[in-house]
Amino acid sequence: MMNSWQLWRSVLVKDLRIAARRRSDALNPLLFLLMVVTLFPLGIGPGPDILARIAPGIIWVAALLATLLGLDRLFKDDYNDGSLEQLCLLPQPLAFTLTAKVAAHWLLSGLPLVILSPVLALLLNLPLDAWWALALTLLLGTPALSALGAIGAALTLQLQRGGSLVSLILLPLFIPLLIFATSAVENAGMGLAVQGQLAILAAISVLTVTLAPLAMAAAVRMSMN
Amino acid sequence: MWRWLHPYAKPEATYRLVDKLLPWFAALTAVSLLVGMVWGLAFAPSDYQQGDSYRIIYIHVPSAIFSMGAYFGMAVMGVIALVWQIKTAEWSIPAIAPVGAAMTAIALFTGAIWGKPMWGTWWVWDARLTSELILLFLYVGVMALYYAFDDQRTGAKAAAILAIVGVVNLPIIHYSVEWWNTLHQGATITKFERPSIATSMLWPLLISLLGFMLLTISLVMMRFKNELLRHELHRPWAQRVLGTAEESH
Amino acid sequence: MTQSTNTAMPLLHADRVSSIRSGRVLFSQLQLAVQAGEIWQISGANGAGKSTLLRMLAGLLVPNEGEVRFNGQPLHRVRDDYHQQLLYIGHKAAVKPELSALENVFWQRRLGGDTTATAEQAQDWDVLEQLGLLGLEEEMTGRLSAGQQRRVALTRLWCSTASLWILDEPFTSLDVDGIALLQQRFLQHLSRGGSIVMTSHQPLTDTQLPLQQLTLNSARAEVLL
Repeated sequence: MMNSWQLWRSVLVKDLRIAARRRSDALNPLLFLLMVVTLFPLGIGPGPDILARIAPGIIWVAALLATLLGLDRLFKDDYNDGSLEQLCLLPQPLAFTLTAKVAAHWLLSGLPLVILSPVLALLLNLPLDAWWALALTLLLGTPALSALGAIGAALTLQLQRGGSLVSLILLPLFIPLLIFATSAVENAGMGLAVQGQLAILAAISVLTVTLAPLAMAAAVRMSMN
Repeated sequence: MWRWLHPYAKPEATYRLVDKLLPWFAALTAVSLLVGMVWGLAFAPSDYQQGDSYRIIYIHVPSAIFSMGAYFGMAVMGVIALVWQIKTAEWSIPAIAPVGAAMTAIALFTGAIWGKPMWGTWWVWDARLTSELILLFLYVGVMALYYAFDDQRTGAKAAAILAIVGVVNLPIIHYSVEWWNTLHQGATITKFERPSIATSMLWPLLISLLGFMLLTISLVMMRFKNELLRHELHRPWAQRVLGTAEESH
Repeated sequence: MTQSTNTAMPLLHADRVSSIRSGRVLFSQLQLAVQAGEIWQISGANGAGKSTLLRMLAGLLVPNEGEVRFNGQPLHRVRDDYHQQLLYIGHKAAVKPELSALENVFWQRRLGGDTTATAEQAQDWDVLEQLGLLGLEEEMTGRLSAGQQRRVALTRLWCSTASLWILDEPFTSLDVDGIALLQQRFLQHLSRGGSIVMTSHQPLTDTQLPLQQLTLNSARAEVLL
């Protein structure tokens, strides 16, 4: 009898291995993010004060949009080739197995954002005090983005063109993360305390990562007919 | 403990119940709305600061409250639909969502009308207005998801899941927006927060609240009746209902 | 319509199940009782509901009316037990084009609930050899022919310990040798007391198979033989 962790690991390994062989799928959202961030100085003007002032908002909004881009494929391939229905037919709890896919998605979309954040901070003239706060907010907030995003992806599995619908469903749910994350980065830039916002971000992530799999599993089972 | 619900899992029994209750609700809605609106808009005293423009709270506050209430009700129906697999609960979701969205739209519209004389602009990023706007987005998401599916049972299930996800998020969104608002507006008191309200203004407000609650319920019931008929078109009982309806007109 | 000869409790029993898909009745009041050691072929025109029936039997779909029972227990009550005993290969066979044949066999084994990890790869090699996939094991599966991909998916039949197989069109894209090989495997499975429910457009060539048939015709289903 295979235990749930073995299955969890093989799903994760399989997803990462496939991603390693289709690198552009994982890279495109990151390039998109980089380009969106580049557009703002071009559109607003390169005044360093303005840029530093709006940088947290720009980076986080761009991160939300980049997350949406990668969601399309999260379950779609597994749904189309029948892997997902096989996962439904295993004795191991589906909600738990699906968290492996969320973890893979986070490793491919959330974590690179954290790693990329110094570059983004540099481009937008974010003060040194603020960029580590930016990295921390991304580290704490992106797991919730992946988990919420997975709900959206699972709900729209049956639809041929679910892309814009997923954004419609998800963006309102992303708002609390945006609010607390940008406020943390702003505070850090002004030398104020950020523990409160970071704690709330962490709490939201923990709550989301715990509860979202139930909704994902329900949505995947619903998509089986 | 949920056994009593089971007869109403049958669409026909539900239809008969709703059909029987609807006239009563409709009548009560008409009376309470009439009393609440006339009293509030014409007879309640003017506010010493805001003059007569405050009177819009008799529409704004009730619609804001029941836009939230309808969403909560929709999520409860979603839980019933998913946990007990009761299809009438599934069908109630497309019945509730547009009514709730309409309430949200009314709250937003009246908020904007109120904002014009007070702030001199139609839109300010006030906490309640922003929350209502996000709530409208949530409603739009539920409806868009429901109508995106060809198979309406799947659509209703998807909408149910999303409504539940939304209702878990709603308090978080609400408090984050409120927190954001105080953060960016400093200590200015939004005028939606009234520390106290005179009794002569409170009574018409309470009656308006009752009126809007009954209005929401009645509208949902009307839509729900149609949903029941639409899903059960091929059943004899629905054809009987429609047949007699055609004869009497 | 009911089976009269078998008095023992059937392994799998679809009791008066109906399927209504977007207002259209695919089948209603259908009876199917599968005993240990039996092989059933479900046939019927395109769109008659064969796949739907198989998905109901597998527990992916809930019947609109009626109930599917495993050892006399409704499926939703014995879900985990049932899924340990079940091997379902759908229309889409969960083969990953980005993985090599060998990696796919491993993935398939995981989906089959197989416990053992890398240590038992010798077994995978055995299976690859039997299915004529030797020499292709490093090839990306996406580059293999449709028949070869099908063979990769069918490796599960050689690794699984499940007693009940539900197979949707297992012969699709297979050549004559492949079909013969598969029927040999069916015989082995039946001789060990296993059961098979399958759909197939082509008649089974192996006369040794004690084939029983159920024909679906759009509104009314009946048991032949």
